[in-house]
Amino acid sequence: MESAEVLRCTGLRKTFGDRVAVDDVGFEIAPGETYGLLGPNGAGKTTTISMICGLLTRDAGRVTLQGRELDTTTIDVKAAIGFVPQEVAIYPDLSARENLRFFGKLYDLSGRELDARIDRILETIGLADRGDERTDAFSGGMKRRLNIGLGMLNDPILLVLDEPTVGVDPQSRNAILDSVEALASEGMAVLYTTHYMEEAERLCDRVGILDEGTVKAEGTRRELISLVGEHDRLRIEAHGDLAAAAAAAAGVPGVEEAAPRDGGLDLLARDARASLADVVRAVDETGAGITSMEVREPNLEAVFLHLTGKALRDEG
Amino acid sequence: MGDAWTIATKDLRRRLRDRTAVLVALVLPFGLAFIFSLTLGDVESRGFEATYAVVDRDASGHLPAEFTALLERLDFVTLREAATEGAAESLAEDGTVDAVIVFPEGFTERVQGGRGGAITVIADPDASISSLVAESLTTSFASNLDAIGLSVALGAEAGRPTDDALVARAQAVAPVAELRTADADDRAVTQSSFFAIGMAVFFLFFAVEFGVRGLLEEREEGTLARLLVAPISPSSVIGGKALASFAVGLVSTTLLVLATTWLLDARWGDPLGVTVLVLGGVLAAVGVTALVATLATTTAQAGAYVSIVAVVGGLLGGTFFPISQAGFLGTIRFLSPQGWLMEGFQALAYGGTVGEIAGPLLGVFTIAGVTGSIAWARSRRMVAA
Repeated sequence: MESAEVLRCTGLRKTFGDRVAVDDVGFEIAPGETYGLLGPNGAGKTTTISMICGLLTRDAGRVTLQGRELDTTTIDVKAAIGFVPQEVAIYPDLSARENLRFFGKLYDLSGRELDARIDRILETIGLADRGDERTDAFSGGMKRRLNIGLGMLNDPILLVLDEPTVGVDPQSRNAILDSVEALASEGMAVLYTTHYMEEAERLCDRVGILDEGTVKAEGTRRELISLVGEHDRLRIEAHGDLAAAAAAAAGVPGVEEAAPRDGGLDLLARDARASLADVVRAVDETGAGITSMEVREPNLEAVFLHLTGKALRDEG
Repeated sequence: MGDAWTIATKDLRRRLRDRTAVLVALVLPFGLAFIFSLTLGDVESRGFEATYAVVDRDASGHLPAEFTALLERLDFVTLREAATEGAAESLAEDGTVDAVIVFPEGFTERVQGGRGGAITVIADPDASISSLVAESLTTSFASNLDAIGLSVALGAEAGRPTDDALVARAQAVAPVAELRTADADDRAVTQSSFFAIGMAVFFLFFAVEFGVRGLLEEREEGTLARLLVAPISPSSVIGGKALASFAVGLVSTTLLVLATTWLLDARWGDPLGVTVLVLGGVLAAVGVTALVATLATTTAQAGAYVSIVAVVGGLLGGTFFPISQAGFLGTIRFLSPQGWLMEGFQALAYGGTVGEIAGPLLGVFTIAGVTGSIAWARSRRMVAA
């Protein structure tokens, strides 16, 4: 049976002894969509994707990949999954090329096709000129990139990345995020777990907020933010009749509040970006001159705090 | 099988790069065998001597006398007289003789009647090499008698009365032991053979160990999850590890057999027997070390467990020093696969054939089967969380 979504999981549950690690988790991912599981350490992200990838038996629930059942005994369906584990999972005494070749063979790739894919992956992850070096000589960032390259080797339909940027320097992190964005734009479905709010906001079309093993809320960033009643903040630096400008801006649909403050205007809007053009026009018509503008949108950190009463990351 | 082979070749490639594996699998066992045979071979060249007593309770038969005559022709054997079994045992207990060979009453008649007979060897526990030699001589003599008994029995079963001429012809067959009368050079070969065998058996358990703890290594390196997400069965992963272990064990033991034969003049014996016993030994080593590895939670722990089992098993099995075949140690050595392997390889080195090492073969293959099956089941549970 044809299935519109790439991945569908419903009612996933896993217990370890008396401890419930994951309870009634479910979501779907469409082709080309990046779905984020956002939650703090210990929220159940890795347990969830371990069940999805068939690494861990589940106590309850169902996982289908393009409509086909997937569990720990499934073999063929797994060929459509690309997996990037949280820890770097490469053989240190093999070269990058040898690592890619070994895992490629496990996906029934061989000969010229395998060689071509290896070359393409090495190019993509920026290791084309270091492919024949043993990976124990690589920097942490290079190892991370190879870790991701191994997940892409089989041209998966679903790419699962489990916190791939933990412990990565900002430059490599940016490169990793760029790669994931590029893959999604090519139509790959991506399941991305993270406890970095910025990554979820940048990459994910939809986000599931996971805490203590359950999905507290799910949706697009905008949907999640509106769910908790948060508004965008718009700061306009301007000169002229600021009181009149504020009154004009307050009349724009979507603007909840506008007030002159500190040589400018502070506005609260349901969707500041959507209202921006109308606000500029209204202020301009009052004769006030705008010198700069800044949109401050509420973020997922605030949503998480609102939903769980705690911060995403322990400050230390 | 293809996936298991892919995993095994990857593991073998990694081990070849890890020079300690080559050191443990080849260099150390060969080096130690060389050093031991050099050091102790010098002691051996000063002359091997053994003192035995034969108790003849088969007064009417001639076979005990033939055996005594055989011993008298061996220049390294001194014979002491003992009138009774009790007196002979006392000689063995106080160390006057190294071994006592007892022929029971009616022995010759039973053998000639095709009903077989049992020769008892009572050994001085402190004279292990001399005891081994006594046992070997007696076994050879008994093997020859078995052939005679069988010929006579077949004649009788065919419905004909026992043919005296057939019996006489059979009795005229030269005792096998006489052919094995050793000169000084042969004894030196025996010494180097013992240490070649001992070191090969001892280090076999270290050589195969890397593969079976490979599952733990994959888990620690994080690659086990990546392997299990790939479209291959968990059995392929476990099979790949076992296959790599088996290959390393087989190659290292084969190279050691060849190297010690050519370079140390070690005598391993019947090639067919050696081949079958090596196969069984490698399987047993893989099974035992795999089972031990499944009891561990880290590679370091697995390495320690395997080392303990390999060293204790090696000492118990007599890989460094011959174990007396009598007494408690002589019995419990067969709890270890090393004990069965030493028994089998030494029998082959003394001229035995594959048929004569049925016991050791049964021992090692049984250990391989039992430990391998349990290890397989435990490994499946390890990978299927």
